[in-house]
Amino acid sequence: MFLSWLPENVSTFGRDIDGIIALIYYITLAWFIATMGTFAVFLVRYRRRAGRPAGYIKGDRWREVAWVLLPCLLVLVLDLWIDFKGARVWAKVKIESPASDVHIRVTGKQFNWVVTYPGPDGRFDTADDKTFLDEMHVPAGKPVRLTLEAKDVIHSFFLPNLRLKQDILPGRSIPAWLDAMKPGQYELPCAHLCGVGHSGMKATLIVHEATDWDAWVGEQWSGSARPGEKT
Amino acid sequence: MSHASPTVTAVRGPHEATGFFRTYLYATDHKMIARQYLLLGLIMAVVGGYLSYAMRWQLAWPDTEVPGFGFVGPETYNVLVTNHGTIMVFFVAMPILLGSFGNFLIPLMIGARDMAFPRLNALSFWLLALGSAVVLVSFLVPGGAASAGWTGYPPLSAKAEYTGVDWGLTLWLLAHAIEFAAFLLGGVNFLTTIVTMRAPGLGFGRLPLIIWQQATAAILFLLSVGPLIAGAIMLLMDRIVGTGFFLPERGGEPLLWQHLFWFFGHPEVYVVLLPALGAVLEIFPVFSRKPIFGYTLVVWATIVAGALSFIVWAHHMFVSGMDPRLAMPFSITTILISVPFALAVFAMIASLYRGSIAFELPMLWALAFLAMFTTGGLTGIFLGSAPSDIYLNGTYFVVAHFHYTLISAVIFGGYAGIYYWFPKMFGRMLGTRLGQLHFWSTLVSFNVVFFPLHWIGIAGMVRRIANPLQYDMIAPHQWINVVSTVALFGLVASQLVFFVNFFVSQLRGRPAPANPWEATTLEWTTPSPPPHGNWGEALPVVGRGPYEYSVPGATRDWLPQRTGAAAAEARP
Ligand code: HEM
Ligand SMILES: [Cu+2]
Repeated sequence: MFLSWLPENVSTFGRDIDGIIALIYYITLAWFIATMGTFAVFLVRYRRRAGRPAGYIKGDRWREVAWVLLPCLLVLVLDLWIDFKGARVWAKVKIESPASDVHIRVTGKQFNWVVTYPGPDGRFDTADDKTFLDEMHVPAGKPVRLTLEAKDVIHSFFLPNLRLKQDILPGRSIPAWLDAMKPGQYELPCAHLCGVGHSGMKATLIVHEATDWDAWVGEQWSGSARPGEKT
Repeated sequence: MSHASPTVTAVRGPHEATGFFRTYLYATDHKMIARQYLLLGLIMAVVGGYLSYAMRWQLAWPDTEVPGFGFVGPETYNVLVTNHGTIMVFFVAMPILLGSFGNFLIPLMIGARDMAFPRLNALSFWLLALGSAVVLVSFLVPGGAASAGWTGYPPLSAKAEYTGVDWGLTLWLLAHAIEFAAFLLGGVNFLTTIVTMRAPGLGFGRLPLIIWQQATAAILFLLSVGPLIAGAIMLLMDRIVGTGFFLPERGGEPLLWQHLFWFFGHPEVYVVLLPALGAVLEIFPVFSRKPIFGYTLVVWATIVAGALSFIVWAHHMFVSGMDPRLAMPFSITTILISVPFALAVFAMIASLYRGSIAFELPMLWALAFLAMFTTGGLTGIFLGSAPSDIYLNGTYFVVAHFHYTLISAVIFGGYAGIYYWFPKMFGRMLGTRLGQLHFWSTLVSFNVVFFPLHWIGIAGMVRRIANPLQYDMIAPHQWINVVSTVALFGLVASQLVFFVNFFVSQLRGRPAPANPWEATTLEWTTPSPPPHGNWGEALPVVGRGPYEYSVPGATRDWLPQRTGAAAAEARP
């Protein structure tokens, strides 16, 4: 009902996120069936019939109350389980970040994504930087380090196929990372209302195969060093 | 037990207001004010619904002329989204669920003659009316109405150049300020009345649950709105006097607004939810002829949920750019808050066990509330978990989730209350044929409008976009947007059925007896509609709890809260 609607995942941590979504899906589905099932059974069984008075049950004794408190306890346990499993995934995506030799700066502005590569010197804002508008290139199978910035208002960097989303606050540099597993082209919408052009503010992420990536880098800088690599 | 002192009652004694001005405009009678709130809420619902129709049309058939509205396009779309959200939350949900239900029920259910401060009460209503007018006027000023989302995040909202909206956004802030003042006054009035004016014998342990819920909602609002008022003033200053509280280039911090907004915003959704839940909790015992299961537990669940609602706000901000180490603590509080709500749901289901359930209209709405609210509550778990929210935040999954929760409160809880108390409020019965048609068509069309939006959200469609076809990932799923919009026509048509029923029944409905549902709480011991001053000569005296149905050994299956001679008259 829900899971099949997820778009194809192509990132390493995306699998973990999908795992959490699936876990929550099965738990909530079970609850849905259990509560709505009980509800439906009660509605049918206890519908009004002549000569059958209602019971007088106030639910003020422990023996009765246990019928609702125990399910609540189960809710709590399952919830904590979701959080416990989720904590590791969250940390992996948002707190830790793997070593990476590709570093990209993405700047959101009304209404484009500006994607900057530091060039062979590995530093931004130098002469060998290269900038692309609404187009982002990364290698497959390699962690990529991102620095997210916004020029004017809040934008949100969203790669549905990589299960990555991060709002970007003007005035700050927000770190993020990704590791794409499968070459291809993916959509990169802005996921935060940013003004008149918000609808349609999007870029294309191009994930290159390893050899293809080297060729692309060579083409861009016509040297041999890769962007982000110290020379 | 404290109750109104005789002198006070005498002053506000039952002299009927006369004349058009006194009766309708400068009304201080809580029942008239409740009707005013209801009417205002319904009028604003028509406006909010109209905006949602224009949005849904645009989403299904982007950039085509919307019949009865005109061309939408991206600029207008942002205006529609913003004002639809603002109107529905602040000018529909709150007026109906708090303003109308609270004002009508508090004095009648606690055995008082009016609210503690009747003139303050009139002032709160008229302030709200003024606030509504300001929202409507904001559409007419140069630059148009606000378009920064109902959450109004700066910097987008802080500078006219970012949206092109100048006065509209300032008026939007002003409308909020007025609305907040209205409900602050209202909240003070609710609490004072509940604490000081309960009838003899009506201890806190015998209060109907909806009174507990109204009181909790009032407290949540009073305690949470302060920071947002401060935030709103800062935002206003950023806009008009050039301060930079939220503007990084002037040394400010955009994230501050989000903290202030959601510190208010999360309690606020319970402000809307609790009175609706309360209405449903009143209805369940009446139509299953059983006490509500676990009265004390439900009261505690309400209080605990209210308290926890102050420490969950940052779950709206997992990916906002705040320190990611804050996510897990807020994930845990969020998950904890699901427990009291689960308890309320379980208690409601348990209340049906061995009941004698009659599927009359108020009960149908109440039962539907339970089903819809459970659905919305469960989808909330996906958003309360920080890692899964990385993906789902800002998508249509969120839109579907909060419509399931908010609409279960406003539409299902609201109609449950309206159908249940209509006879008391207007002295006539609502027509049941049209009522049935209204209920079933609303239930079905609502689900067709909103359930598929979960799917398109999971597929990656983001919120607040004017044209889904701009996204290659979404274009193949566009049929969902079409289905949702077509179903909305059904939803709108079924509300027309309600309006016809509502107005025709007021004029021609079957006259309502004092207690058409054989209910136990105090309001049903007054005539329908209750006279000015509510209780005639003597205030009621309360002898038992609110839900004494099917008590073993009793001669009939309900024992009214009110004792003494007057209680006998409550027979239908
Ligand atoms: C009549 C049925 C309704 C329909 C068809 C409807 C439809 C919509 C649509 C299409 C959006 C815009 C989603 C987007 O572009 O992101 C929206 C947003 C919203 N709706 Fe509704 N809605 C309805 C009723 C309600 C009610 C009763 C409430 C609350 C009490 C409500 C609260 C909101 C809020 C808070 C937003 C968010 C606005 C924003 O993103 O700034 N809606 N609704
Ligand atoms: Cu943007």
